[in-house]
Parts: sequence; structure tokens; C-alpha cells
Amino acid sequence: MKTASSFLELEEGRPLVPVWFEGRELQLPKGSNLAAAMLAAGVGTFRYTPVSGAPRAPFCMMGACFDCLVEVDGVTRQACMLEVTDGLRLSMPRKGRDVTDADN
Amino acid sequence: MQITDLVIIGAGPAGMAAAATAANAGLHVILLDEQRRPGGQIYRDVDRVAPIRGELLGKDYIDGLPLTAGLDHGNITHISGAVVWSIEEGIRVLYTADGRGGAIEAKRILIATGALERPMPLPGWTLPGVMTAGAAQILLKQSGVLSKNAVLVGSGPLLYLIAAQMIRAGTPPLALVETQTRADFLRALPHLGGALRGWRYLFKGLTMLSEIRRAGVRRYTSATNISIEGETSADGIRFIAGGKPRHIPCDTVLLHHGVVPNTQAARSIDVAHHWDARQHCFVPNLDDWGGTNVETVHIAGDGAGIGGAKAAALAGRLAALKTAADLGAISTIERDTAAKPIRRRIARELAVRPFLDAVFPPAIEATKPADATIICRCEEITAGDIRRHAGIGCVGPNQAKAFSRAGMGPCQGRYCGLTVSSLLAEANSATMDETGYYRIRPPLKPVTLGELAAMGGSVNSATN
Repeated sequence: MKTASSFLELEEGRPLVPVWFEGRELQLPKGSNLAAAMLAAGVGTFRYTPVSGAPRAPFCMMGACFDCLVEVDGVTRQACMLEVTDGLRLSMPRKGRDVTDADN
Repeated sequence: MQITDLVIIGAGPAGMAAAATAANAGLHVILLDEQRRPGGQIYRDVDRVAPIRGELLGKDYIDGLPLTAGLDHGNITHISGAVVWSIEEGIRVLYTADGRGGAIEAKRILIATGALERPMPLPGWTLPGVMTAGAAQILLKQSGVLSKNAVLVGSGPLLYLIAAQMIRAGTPPLALVETQTRADFLRALPHLGGALRGWRYLFKGLTMLSEIRRAGVRRYTSATNISIEGETSADGIRFIAGGKPRHIPCDTVLLHHGVVPNTQAARSIDVAHHWDARQHCFVPNLDDWGGTNVETVHIAGDGAGIGGAKAAALAGRLAALKTAADLGAISTIERDTAAKPIRRRIARELAVRPFLDAVFPPAIEATKPADATIICRCEEITAGDIRRHAGIGCVGPNQAKAFSRAGMGPCQGRYCGLTVSSLLAEANSATMDETGYYRIRPPLKPVTLGELAAMGGSVNSATN
């Protein structure tokens, strides 16, 4: 996981709220797009693929590619389709094929 | 359940314009969209963002404001955050929003689901730090987030727009690595006359190019042998340009070689499609109102073939007029009178397209990837896997799916479908129409049991 972000965030004056990802506390702008805020906060890897364990991060930012999957309250969700809320607890999707076996 | 006149999927330019036109004609409209705010990808969050950084994003972005304003109409119900997962004959649209399932019955449906980035499988394209150029646009528009060390790769005007916006924001890209060649330019020249009718687009393109030149951003053209390097994330890009091998260290690689219609929803209800050789993509078979082979279904916007935001809004209006006349809200004379100037404007908007399509063709090494390159991001299937399956008799993408799992991951083929079809077509010496595309079935997006269980009142009519 990167600590220094390779992204610049233009200031919007939104209040920062704590969000936990894999136990690490991030201060993210409330109401902002979760995937964008995580990238700006320096999160480099969002998950590891169930097939080869390769690292992945947001690719399309429009809900189509499913590369930005994170786990929220036991459910695998697309980070790019979520908003930052106060105290959100996130983790990488659990190992196993629960994500890809859910369809077809 | 109450039956609405028209349900529209997608609140981008086509969907928003159609909703307003249909509502003004007296129809009751339900507009479903996955995002929290209307705008689609092109006008993402425009209501909130235009006052904050409208200047940086430019006039083409702010132009979305009248469209979102048009949704403020008593006949329009806009359900935001709504993910459509099934469309049934009848018509019934099933969706989830805020953790609950919902169902809508309607007399007519307009699919306005827009475009997806054309998949660009290159070595290393699955690494963190590699995104579509569209993703960079969305990050900037919605969130004000920009990459500090980015290389833009591929071809097309979107690369220039992003570069110009990054320059204005004070974080110019490190370089543009472009795949189009001098031969492409010469092939495009015969279309230049037609393109001059859309001179505003050409002028805009030249303005952006001079902005890029003034900022000192290096442009490499005719780039080949492109590969993205890195262990846990992208840390550089290698390619050959001007006869020399090049290497640029970077944190972010933004890929783009055009956008293609998002056909998932239309295919799921058996709308017929064909291969468009000029745009290098499958497009639905449509009449000149956006009508399909399924009587109750219209399609408008980039999902019907790539024409851009302005043309999309106009096509949305045409489909809405047709629907209003079909349902008796306006006469066919009123319909045709209103349609006439719209058609003239569409022709003007599309005039530049044949030139653009020819001058910025898809990158060959991404449409015919090397054997080792992953083409299905979800299941991590390589181009070589697909060629091997073709070699043992696999003729179509649905067989390839069963053989390899390509297209069976959560993205359901959105970012591998075109590649798989074109690999099979090439291996089998077949046309794209003969080869076809994945059969798309619901759920179009994942839906949880909890969301189904929370369908509430609508579930009764949905199952009766």
C-alpha cells in the first residue's frame, strides 16, 4: 500500500471524517466518491484478485469494471459507486471465489 | 402497480433530453440512473461541480446545466442511485437503490446507457495505477482528483482534452504516447471536407493541441510495442516511437482509444446488433427514431453508436417525440415538425465523425493483443488462451466463455467482449457479424439476496 499519494486533490472544503480500510485510519472528505478519496489518500491497492492474487485498483470509475471492489459490512461493493460516510469500515474482499461465483 | 408511460435508463445527455421532451409532451416519465446526481459520465455531477471548477473543465462540461435543469418537471420522477439489473418483456424494469429492490412497469422504454471505454489490453494494463482516460475525467470532474505523474496512451481527442485540463489544473501529464500514424492521417483526409461542416470540433482540437505544445508536454506518435511496467503498481511505460525504444517512469497510465456503445441492457432483451466497420464496434439496428426490432424499445445516445454528447441529447429528443406520438400524446404531424430541425442539427454534429474515426483508429496492438496479454481482467484470461480455444474449434464468444470463463466475471464481459469477438473472428477468418458477441443475461449488475428481500410492495406485482 502506498503512503504518499500519486494523486493531487483540489480543495473543496469538505469536512474530513475517519474511514478505516484494512484497519488503517484514513481521513477522507465526507460525501465524496469513495474510490477517488481512497486514491487521493494514497491507497494503492484496493484488493487482490481471486484468480492469481494480483493487486488491483480503480480502472473505470463508472461502475463497469468491478476492479475497485471493497468489502463493506460483509458485502462486496464497488468503491467508485459509494460515498464517504463517517466511520465507514472497509476491508479487501475476502479470499475465495465468492465475488466471481456470484454471477452467471 | 401504476404503469408509467416511459421509463428511461440513464441520466446522461440522451436520457435527460428525452425525459424533458417526453414530459413536455405530457408523458409521465421515470428516469433511472446509477449515479447520485444526473449528468451521466460526460456531465458527471455538473450541478454541484460547475460553480467549483467549471472554468477548468470548460464550456463543453457546463453545457450540461440546461439538461439537468430540464428534469425539474412535474411529470418526471428521477430515481438516482438506481442500478438496473433486469429488464423484462411487458415492460418491467427491476432495479436496486439504497439497498432495496424496486420494479417499474412502463408502456415504453428508452435505453440511454451511453458508452464504455474501448477495452485496451496491453501488457501490464491490469496493474494498479492504470486507468481509462475516462476514469481520469471522472476523477477530475466529480472529485477534483488528478494524477501527478501520468502518461496518456492511445489515440483520440479525449486524450487532448484531458491533457489540456491537467495543464490548466497545474499538473500537466508527463507525455502523450499516441498510436495513430501518418498513414491514418492520409486515410482520413478524404473525410476532411465533411468534417469542415463540424469545424467547431476541429477548431477545438487544434486549440487543445496548441495548449499542449505551449505547456511543453511531449507527444510521441505512431507508438508501438507499448507495455506498462511495475510489480505492485505501474511505475513506467516502454514503447517504440521514431524508431527508438523509450521508457518513461510514471505513477499513472491513462488508456484511451475511443469509446464504444454500452450494449449490455439492449442485448439482454434481444435487441439486434450489427458490426459498424467505421466505428469498430457493435451498434444496435435502429430506425431513424432510435426504434429497435423490439417494438416497445428505443435507444438513444452513444449506446446507439458514438456521436458525442450534443448528438446524444438530440437523439434523445427524437426518441421521446416518437414515443409521445406512439402513445397518442402528440400527433404525427407535431412529431415530424418538431423532429425536422433536430435532424438537421444531428447531421451537423455528426459531420466530423468520419474524419475522427479515420484519423484516430483503435490501436492495432490492443485489438490484436500478444498471446501473453490478459484480455479478460476479471478471470485473467489471455489472448493466447482465446486463440488456443479457437484452434480447437471454438467459433463464437459464448463457446469461448464456456471453454475459458472469459466474460464470466463480475464485469460480465464489458471490458473483454469486443476483444474476445475480434480474436475469434481473426483466428477463424470470420467476420465480426458471423462471430457475434456474448449473450447477455440478467442480472446485468450483481444484486444481493438482501436487496431482493427488501423489494417491498412492488414484489407482489412483480411476481404475479
